[in-house]
Amino acid sequence: MTDPTTYLSHLELGEPDKTFLDSNELIINMGPQHPATHGVLRVILKLDGEKVLGTECVIGYLHRGVEKIAEHRTYTMFNPYVDRMDYVAAVSNGLGYCEAVEKLLNIEAPPRAKYIRVILTELNRLASHQLWLGTHALDIGAMTPLFYTFRDREEILKIFEKYCGARLTTHSFRIGGCQYETYDGFERDVKKFIDFVPPKIDEYEELLTTNRIWLERTKNVGKISVADCKALGVTGPVLRASGVKWDLRKAQPYAAYSDFDFEIPTGQNGDTYDRYMVRMEEMRQSLRILRQAVERIPEGPIMAKVPKVMKPPVGEVYHSIEAPKGELGYFIVSDGSTQPYRVRVRPPSFVNLQALDIMVRGALVADVIAVIGTLDIVLGEVDR
Amino acid sequence: MPEETKSPAPPPGGEPAQKPPAAAAEKPVPPAKLAGPVPTPWESPLVTKLKRQYGSGVREANTYLGQDYLVLDPSITNEILQVLRDEDEFDYCVDITAVHYPKQEKQLELVWILYSFARNQRLRVKTTIADGESFPSSVPIWATANWLEREVFDMFGIKFDDHPDMKRILLPDGWKGHPLRKDYGIIQQDQEWVKINLGIESGQ
Repeated sequence: MTDPTTYLSHLELGEPDKTFLDSNELIINMGPQHPATHGVLRVILKLDGEKVLGTECVIGYLHRGVEKIAEHRTYTMFNPYVDRMDYVAAVSNGLGYCEAVEKLLNIEAPPRAKYIRVILTELNRLASHQLWLGTHALDIGAMTPLFYTFRDREEILKIFEKYCGARLTTHSFRIGGCQYETYDGFERDVKKFIDFVPPKIDEYEELLTTNRIWLERTKNVGKISVADCKALGVTGPVLRASGVKWDLRKAQPYAAYSDFDFEIPTGQNGDTYDRYMVRMEEMRQSLRILRQAVERIPEGPIMAKVPKVMKPPVGEVYHSIEAPKGELGYFIVSDGSTQPYRVRVRPPSFVNLQALDIMVRGALVADVIAVIGTLDIVLGEVDR
Repeated sequence: MPEETKSPAPPPGGEPAQKPPAAAAEKPVPPAKLAGPVPTPWESPLVTKLKRQYGSGVREANTYLGQDYLVLDPSITNEILQVLRDEDEFDYCVDITAVHYPKQEKQLELVWILYSFARNQRLRVKTTIADGESFPSSVPIWATANWLEREVFDMFGIKFDDHPDMKRILLPDGWKGHPLRKDYGIIQQDQEWVKINLGIESGQ
């Protein structure tokens, strides 16, 4: 039995002034309007000088009641809403939702649709990691990577825009497949992108990997052990950087992922630097998947036979995918009507954010910024 | 069953689709629909072990669409969760959530989604509790239960005993009502809270 106080996520707040005068302890607020919190996250920090004694996260500023909305929309109508959760990786959200409903309906997307899904999802994973890298480096004090990553991310957004007209919240998948056939030159654009981006990733690495300031700010910062990761349900690159070779794309393949060769990068120390290295390598592995997918993309229909009015049989299903931030799951309960009885979203950011406290306890205030960045949270998904 | 709790307006296109099966009632269209997947009994050493140990406390052990789930008696659920983690390697608690069935005697269904890294296996554990009843917290079993249970409390009003920090997580502390319950309307809100804290008549 774990001692429940090991992962205490709340602070016993006394009178701050009194505490301050008595023992030099200080309680300060970070956020909710703080550029380094990546949205509207409020963290209450209990400090002893520069040292963090404990934190408490206050979330919910972006709560829109997505799960409640789902119960009042049809399965199809709810589809665009999921894009607004993790808005920097909207394609992954859509993939998870569509596959969950397909499972409930007991249908399967045709092979071509699955390949298009993999291509767009991996492009989005790259875009998400690039945005993460840019903002994370900016938080730590390196401004250049932001310009580099946004410049290259633009190429991905252009492909999305050409494919479906939207750049960020793409709503690119439908239940049963994809709505749009690829545009003329889609393969060419993706191939061009695959050739264009590897030198750029090397360029980011040149800026940071051996940069002394970067090393000082990230090595041994925000360490988390495998045991803590598992206890706290932390997934995605954070778990992998601690040394667990676990990726849902391999463990329980979905879409067409079982067709492709790729590695799961892992780290050993579980610190901010390892998480950076894991994500950098993940970008390269995404490119590997993209190259295979775009070369082998099969011909055929892009939509399965789906009833116009979807009435999944009574039952429930849980389906999860490897989103750029970790395990993104949908638990859907159907009562046999056109609207879901209950949709539960298992957001990776929400669960990963819980680990913030144990990662920063005993560290410096500046490290809190680095750790929030390295957790790669999106508040739209934390608050839903 | 929850038909009337849904929004009154039927979704566009709902009518035409219902007509064909109704018009051709004699044709085997509705049975074909019912021939979809059904839960089948889930046989595994784990189920045998739990059934031997807890007898009828294990109410159901089924597989639906390839996904295994257990329905347990609430009195033994917490104990079994502990056993699942300690003896059966379900070391990762993916999610804790609830579903509200206002027409059932025991209105609230609690759901744990578990995963075992060693076995690469997923498992859902479910139990039902009456409205207003509390349930033992799973925080001592999986630390991740902390926020997940707070969210269940926030959305459904289920209190977890011995939780280290049982308070709302997404909604503000003073809010009245638990939005994911079926008796909470989609545009309903705590008007008083909105007036006092936001200084506006209504948030709509």
